[in-house]
Amino acid sequence: MIRLQIDGRPVEARPGQTILQAAHQAGIRIPTLCFLEGLSPVGSCRICLVEIENWNGKLVPACVTEVEEGLRVVANSPRLRELRRRVLELLFAERNHICAICVSSGHCELQDLACELGMDSVRFPYRFPGLAVDASHRKFLIDHNRCVLCGRCVRACSEVEGAVTWGFAGRAVHTQVAPDLGVPWVEAESCTECGKCVQACPVGAIVERGKATAEQEKRPQVLVEITERRPRG
Amino acid sequence: MKKIKVPVTRIEGHGLITLQLGEDGQVAEAKFHVTETRGFERFCRGRPLWEMPALTARICGICPVSHLLCSAKAGDEILAVRVPRAADKLRRLMNLGQFVQSHALSFFHLSSPDLLLGWDSDPATRNVFGLVEERPELARQGIWLRAYGQRVIEALGGKKIHPAWAVPGGVRSPLSPEDRDALAADLPRALSIVQDALALYRGHLDDWAEEIESFGNFPSLFMSLVAPDGTWEHYGGGIRFVDSQRRVVADGLAPARYQDYIAEHVEAWSYLKFPYYKEAGYPEGLYRVGPLARLNCCDRMGTPLADEALDEFRALADGKAVTSSFHYHYARLIEILAALERIGNYLEDPDILSPRVRAEAGINELEGVGVHEAPRGTLLHHYRVDDQGLIQWVNLIVSTGHNNLAMNRTVLQIARHYLHGREITEGLLNRLEGGIRAYDPCLSCSVHAVGMMPLKVQLFGPSGELISERARP
Repeated sequence: MIRLQIDGRPVEARPGQTILQAAHQAGIRIPTLCFLEGLSPVGSCRICLVEIENWNGKLVPACVTEVEEGLRVVANSPRLRELRRRVLELLFAERNHICAICVSSGHCELQDLACELGMDSVRFPYRFPGLAVDASHRKFLIDHNRCVLCGRCVRACSEVEGAVTWGFAGRAVHTQVAPDLGVPWVEAESCTECGKCVQACPVGAIVERGKATAEQEKRPQVLVEITERRPRG
Repeated sequence: MKKIKVPVTRIEGHGLITLQLGEDGQVAEAKFHVTETRGFERFCRGRPLWEMPALTARICGICPVSHLLCSAKAGDEILAVRVPRAADKLRRLMNLGQFVQSHALSFFHLSSPDLLLGWDSDPATRNVFGLVEERPELARQGIWLRAYGQRVIEALGGKKIHPAWAVPGGVRSPLSPEDRDALAADLPRALSIVQDALALYRGHLDDWAEEIESFGNFPSLFMSLVAPDGTWEHYGGGIRFVDSQRRVVADGLAPARYQDYIAEHVEAWSYLKFPYYKEAGYPEGLYRVGPLARLNCCDRMGTPLADEALDEFRALADGKAVTSSFHYHYARLIEILAALERIGNYLEDPDILSPRVRAEAGINELEGVGVHEAPRGTLLHHYRVDDQGLIQWVNLIVSTGHNNLAMNRTVLQIARHYLHGREITEGLLNRLEGGIRAYDPCLSCSVHAVGMMPLKVQLFGPSGELISERARP
């Protein structure tokens, strides 16, 4: 076993576990967004940043950093709270997150994080991009205005369903998730219509068609349930 | 020509009045400018149809329910479904709750300070706080009555303001038996409050004779929905126009074909459009909507207490149309009474507890029109969508828009009656405000605009020079 400290508490973890896993086992909360149980971690959103005291206070994403003997991790501090809030504000400023009319309002991980981190305002100018809604699919739709590019849909589609329909298209601020290299969803032949992307999406971007404001509830835990039920071979 | 400008308060939104003096020193022209714009019709484009009820509800915090229901009705048309019976009744129930809360707000909170504290009393206390000082019991009752209407809305939609409860195809949930019982238990108190207010209003008619005579008292057309049998209607039915003799000018008009009989005129000096009855032309096609129009258009109210009240109301004009816009206040109180009686009827109807409240369907029509009566008058949402159900085009005609011509005519009448000389007096300013307030206009809704703005009045001389200006901050 590896022994380390998180927020001053002694914690034990198995080799190969991440700081996030060790913290969760010890009952220490670290907020996450792009991380989802059942999918491989990618450390892209930076909400789970923690500070390693004996690495000169270096900031690392807890979801992809493995535990090491003797690490002293700060998981919660005023500095981290401010940094996480700023990360969140950048996400809000980047696209059009209008909770008041969103289908996921009340069931949204981004909204929950804003409450948890006390984000009562956004200090960056909003970009207000005019992005399209693809409602071509008979069961689902994607509203890029609400996408945070966490990539959970991309990973759920390839790692759990094995369809590899979703991928990233474009660069930097113009990045969007896209089915089958950028065709309208209805034309994506690889899509099995399983809906795992809907369940994986933390916000109101990929949703069931026909849902009205605040109506879209999701079950992201279904992905880990599926992988756990799958026979191991 | 000389011009006067006046700012208006205690209305939803803000406005500017300009008065133009002629060579003879009389008011030649009066304009009520709506100086806000918001652009809802533009930025709804591209949004999924299913979001439209909650999205358009955000036009206003006073009448979100009106936009919510009207938008859901337009959505029903696009899904091409018949809304389940229970959902139809539940939507009506919520609209009646909206009538109670909105009318109570207009009468008790916004207008009764003018009516009861006096037109020339100090503006610093001529408001709901002054009312609480002078007439605490009346203020308390008004606040309670409005809260009752809000409770109806909350019991159905889960919250008082901006409930996202009505959806294309129906509603999300029925009423719970507990909420039904709680609302039924308090209904008698609500009825008694509005009956007291009606008695109070009738008792003051002589005191307000001059205002009744001059606050938008002119012959005009009136438009509203009426039920197929001619009864007062707030949610369905067909459009009826009557004239000031209460002769039916047109009846049973399909709300969805509004473009056949209503046209919209645009003036450069206001963001608010000027709808008119097409057949009569502009501006002769001036018509009024809202409580006064609904009472003038319908044959009867359809519930016993409201029908008695309607008889007394009709006696004001010997059975012809009541043409003074001052009596919007009177009509509003009668409509609260009617709404409460109907709420009582629905609370006894077992259908409102039914779980079968939503018809699900895809995009089966590419165009839909929803029309119903909002507290302030006939409300219309018209959408076009693409095959995916994304909004391509939106037209909203709201009650304050319908009344735009009438409000301008009212302002002119009041200015002619109360402007003496070249000075905008406090008394004139108060009455100009009061005349507009009689319509309970929602400028936020009408231009789909935002914020509370004071009214400003400017008086211009015959050659265009500013003579006098008065504003309420």
